[in-house]
Formats: sequence, C-alpha cells, structure tokens
Amino acid sequence: MLSLATADFQQADVDYGAILPMLIVFGGALIGVLVEGFAPRRARHSIQTAVSVLALAAAFFALAVVAQGHQGKTLAGSVVLDGPALFLQGALLLMALLSVLMMAEKFGGETPDAFTPMGATAPGSPQEAAATRLGLVTSEVLPLTLFSVGGMMLFTAAGDLLTMFVALEVLSLPLYILSGLARRRRLLSQEASLKYFLLGSFSSAFFLFGAALLYGYAGSVGFAEINKAITTATPQLENLLLPGILFVLVGVLFKVGAVPFHSWTPDVYQGAPSPVTGFMAACTKLAAFGALLRLAYVAFDADRWSWRPALIAVAALTMVLGAILTVTQTDVKRLLAYSAISHAGFILVGVLSFDRMGVAGVMFYLVAYGFSTIAAFAIISMVRAGGSEATQLSQWAGLGKREPFVAVLFAFLMMSMAGIPLTAGFTAKFAAFAPAVAHGDRAGAALVIIGVLASAVTAFVYFRVIVLMFFNDTDGDVSVLSPSIGMWTAIILATVVTIVLGVYPGPALDAADQLSQFLR
Amino acid sequence: MLNNPYVPILFMLALGFAFAAGSVGASVLIGPKRYNKAKMLPYECGIQPTPRPEGGGRVPIKYYLTAMLFIIFDVESIFLFPFAVAFNKLGLFALVEMILFVATVFIAYAYVWRRGGLDWV
Repeated sequence: MLSLATADFQQADVDYGAILPMLIVFGGALIGVLVEGFAPRRARHSIQTAVSVLALAAAFFALAVVAQGHQGKTLAGSVVLDGPALFLQGALLLMALLSVLMMAEKFGGETPDAFTPMGATAPGSPQEAAATRLGLVTSEVLPLTLFSVGGMMLFTAAGDLLTMFVALEVLSLPLYILSGLARRRRLLSQEASLKYFLLGSFSSAFFLFGAALLYGYAGSVGFAEINKAITTATPQLENLLLPGILFVLVGVLFKVGAVPFHSWTPDVYQGAPSPVTGFMAACTKLAAFGALLRLAYVAFDADRWSWRPALIAVAALTMVLGAILTVTQTDVKRLLAYSAISHAGFILVGVLSFDRMGVAGVMFYLVAYGFSTIAAFAIISMVRAGGSEATQLSQWAGLGKREPFVAVLFAFLMMSMAGIPLTAGFTAKFAAFAPAVAHGDRAGAALVIIGVLASAVTAFVYFRVIVLMFFNDTDGDVSVLSPSIGMWTAIILATVVTIVLGVYPGPALDAADQLSQFLR
Repeated sequence: MLNNPYVPILFMLALGFAFAAGSVGASVLIGPKRYNKAKMLPYECGIQPTPRPEGGGRVPIKYYLTAMLFIIFDVESIFLFPFAVAFNKLGLFALVEMILFVATVFIAYAYVWRRGGLDWV
C-alpha cells in the first residue's frame, strides 16, 4: 500500500477583514447565479441589478470601514492588502458600480438594450421575441460582471504569481463572454469575443511560462521571495530570471493593451457592447496596471536595471503608435480604443519612474481616465442611427446643434482625455509625468518628451471630434436616446468626478499619495 | 559532452523526427497509388458527416453541456481526494472550507438544472 506523506497540517492564517470586500463581491455573484436559476423571469433583471449594486456598494463600504484596518499579508502571503491595493480596489468598486448601471439600461425596451438573448437573432425580430419567451434572458451579464470585478480586485492584491494567474483568469473569462453578447452588429461582437479569447489565452500561456521559469529561479512563487532571491542569486540559475520576468510582463502588458501586445484592443473595443467596452477600458486597465505596479515595484524590483530598457521601449512604442493610429480612425469606438492604447503608454511612463510619487501618479491617472472613459462609452451607447449605435465619426457631425447637453458632456470628456488644464486628464498627466522627470534618469525625461508630443497629437484628434460636433452641419438621422435615471446617474457622476479631479484634485492626490506604499 | 544527462533526450527527439518523416516519406515513395472515390473523402470513423442544412441553419450542440458538467465534477473530485486522504489531520477548518467549496460547485449545478441544461431537447 502506497503511503502518503502526511506532514503536519499548518492552517493558513486568514484575515477575514482583509478579504471581506472580495468575499462580498464573489458572494454577490453566486447569489446572482442562484437568482438566475430560481427567480421568476420577469423579476430577474430588477433583482439582478439590485443584487449587483448592493454587492458592490456593500463591498466598498466593507473596504472603507473594515478592510482598511486589516492591512497586511494574509492567506499565507497569497493576498497582500496594502495601500495601493486598497486604493485600486476602492476605485474598481466605484467604477464597476457605474458600469453595472450602464449594463442594466433598457432604453425603454423589455430586456437590457445592449445584450442579445440569443446570438443568432436580429434585434426586434420575431425570433428574438420567441427566444425571450423561451426564457433566454440576458440578466446573466450582471453576475458575470461581478465575477470579473472580484477577479480584478484579487489581481491588484495578489501576493504571488499563482494567485495573480488565477485572478487573471477569473477576471478574463467573464470578459470573453461579455464582449460577445452585443445585440446589434452581432457578428462583429462574436468575432471580437473569439479574438479576445484566443489572444488572451495566448498571453495567459506566456504569463504561466514566465511564472514557471521564475519558480525555477527563486524556488517560490511569492513576490517577496522572488525579490529576495534576486539579491542573493545563485549564478547558474541566472539564465532563468530575465526570460521569466519578461514573459510574465508580456502577460500583464497584454491586458494593459501596450504595443506590441495591443492588436486585440481596437477590434474588441469596437465589437463588444458599449457598456462592456467602458467597463473593460476602465476596470481591466486599472486592475492590470495595479498588477504591473506590484510586479515592477515588489517582485522584480531588485533586477529592475535589466528589464527596465524593455519596458521603456514598450512605453515609447505604445505612446507613439497609439497616438499616430488614433489620428487615422473613422469610428468613435476604435478611436477611443487607440486612445486607450496611447493612455496605456502615458501610464507606463509613471510606472517607470520607480518612485512612490510615481505609484500615486499612476493610481490617480487610472481613476481619472477610468471615470471619463466610462462616461464616454455610455454616451456612445446612446447615440443611435437606424436602431444601432452611430459609431461612424461622420454621423456625429452637428450633434452639438441637435443635442447640446450630451454633446457638451462628450466634448468635456474629450478635453479631459486630451489633458486640457482644469480637467482630470491634465492633473493625471502631470501626476504621472512629474515623478518620471524628477526620479527617472535621462530615459525618464526622454519618455516624458515623447509623452507630451504624443498627447499633442492625440489632442488634435479629440478636438477634431469636438469641431465635428459643434461646427459641422447635421447629417442623416442620428438621434440620442434618453436613458433611465440609473444611467443618467452613472454618466453625471462620472463627469462630476472628472470635473472635481481636475478643479480640486488635492484630496484624491493626497489619498493616492498616502496609499502609495507597497508592502513587501 | 556526451556525459550530459540531456543527450538521450536529444537522441530521442532526433529519432522521433526521423521516424515521423521516414514513415510519411516511405509511404509516398513505395506505397501503392490506386485512388477511388471513397479514398478521396475526408476520414470519418463511424457515422457519416452530417450534411449542412440549406442556407446554413442551426447545428445543435448537445454534448458540450454534458462535457462541461463533467469537468465541474471532475475538478471537484480532484480537490476532494487529497482532502479525504488527510481528513483526520485537517480538522474543522478544512471541513468547513470543503463544505463551502462543494456548496459553491452545487450553485453552478443548480443553475444548470434550473435553466434546462439537464433536459435533452
């Protein structure tokens, strides 16, 4: 009989206060799954919306009240709740709350407007009505979103490579499904979903392979242990270190959408339902940069001089290519996708400053960019022509004359993305670039120069949209749907955050600064 | 150099390539070449390939739900096995964790059951 080794079981210490916000979000998602199975069909959508909103709000409350007092490593070091994790998780929960309100929007229809109950049916067709009668409803998107949010929260607080990988998958898998559920332009959406899935699994494989190499090098997957192993290195294993680091970074840079791992971004941003695109652009980017910060500042810190050049090249390429390709876009969603790529480059400049101020700047940038992106995609989902979204830029001509309020909101968000003073975008760029000049060497300064030039290029694009909306003649049958209270709340809140972070950024910058110290 | 423990693996790799290339090449070179209609069809073992409906209708895929359910319980039993082996040493904490884990899996199962995933339509 085979005898199994039975070492004494050592129970991991679990600080339930620290993981309470994540438990609430995942619990909400599980309740959502049960609601999907047992609640009557008609009530399902309202119950799901209530469950999601309540879960996210309760998680934020738990984060602010309970988890704040429980900072530290828990679950045998696999979860690290420190300042950056707290800040990013809080921002994630707020942005996810706004995204959920957008996803639940029905625009006066019977089911959520952006999602299809069955991928093979056209919107408004008898087949779609039949599918709805059969019980194929679309309220599953909300539990899926909650699962994804939970994964993102764990992604920013992971303390070792394996936990980070599990979090990466938990956040990605629901996104693959969500991006394929668009009700209009279904083939584009399904294609986007497949592309995202294939490229995403490819990058996950890179991440895992890198993690395996790093485990071989350090004998541990823990971030602190890897950093310690770098300083006390054994020379014959040295060859495993740099490939391991670079492979892991590839996996995370893919989620960030940095060049040359950006090719999925425009297709997926265009194909996914607009509320999902807003959610992805804001929350996935925030979570991925949280993970990248932790890897760069905790796990690979001691070896930074060998991998920094690669990341500098990626940052420069991302800003330049993102900015240039933004100019050539004729579709609003693709335009914002390429602008998201160039923003990823700007944020990378802050990451590369290797300073506490840099961490604070990056976190502030992520919040400022996230809220304005969510609002921008919400407005895109409201501008319609012939039933589907009018995403062609030419269709936006003269929108300011017909729908002044919506156009002014969108113009303001564009100005914030361009980084005009007194908007959140300006403060954010300043917060991310200043530490790179102050603490980076010549490479940091060079990156900032590229960044300023690239933002000048992208500013041209945003202003072209504004000019198009206000100074061109209207054309065609473009109309703006009037959303429900929930979606208005989301749009107005996101815009107000964008204004406040621009005009009165002090408290948010202070909070980011206070919470910028990683726990090693 | 030949003392390197990885040399046999290198030989194995070379042998593998040689066998694959050799057997395909040999059948091209020395195999009989008498074609008929059946030989030109794509290889199918067992049933005939389903004809695609006119106009690209829907193709039912019934098995994937069963396969996915199988994976859920497969993964569950993978985690249950080490737990069962070391049950005596793990104590109450692990028991509660395991109950939570099984309950979570059953939520997914309840979802499949309620949404008609177990009906063979």
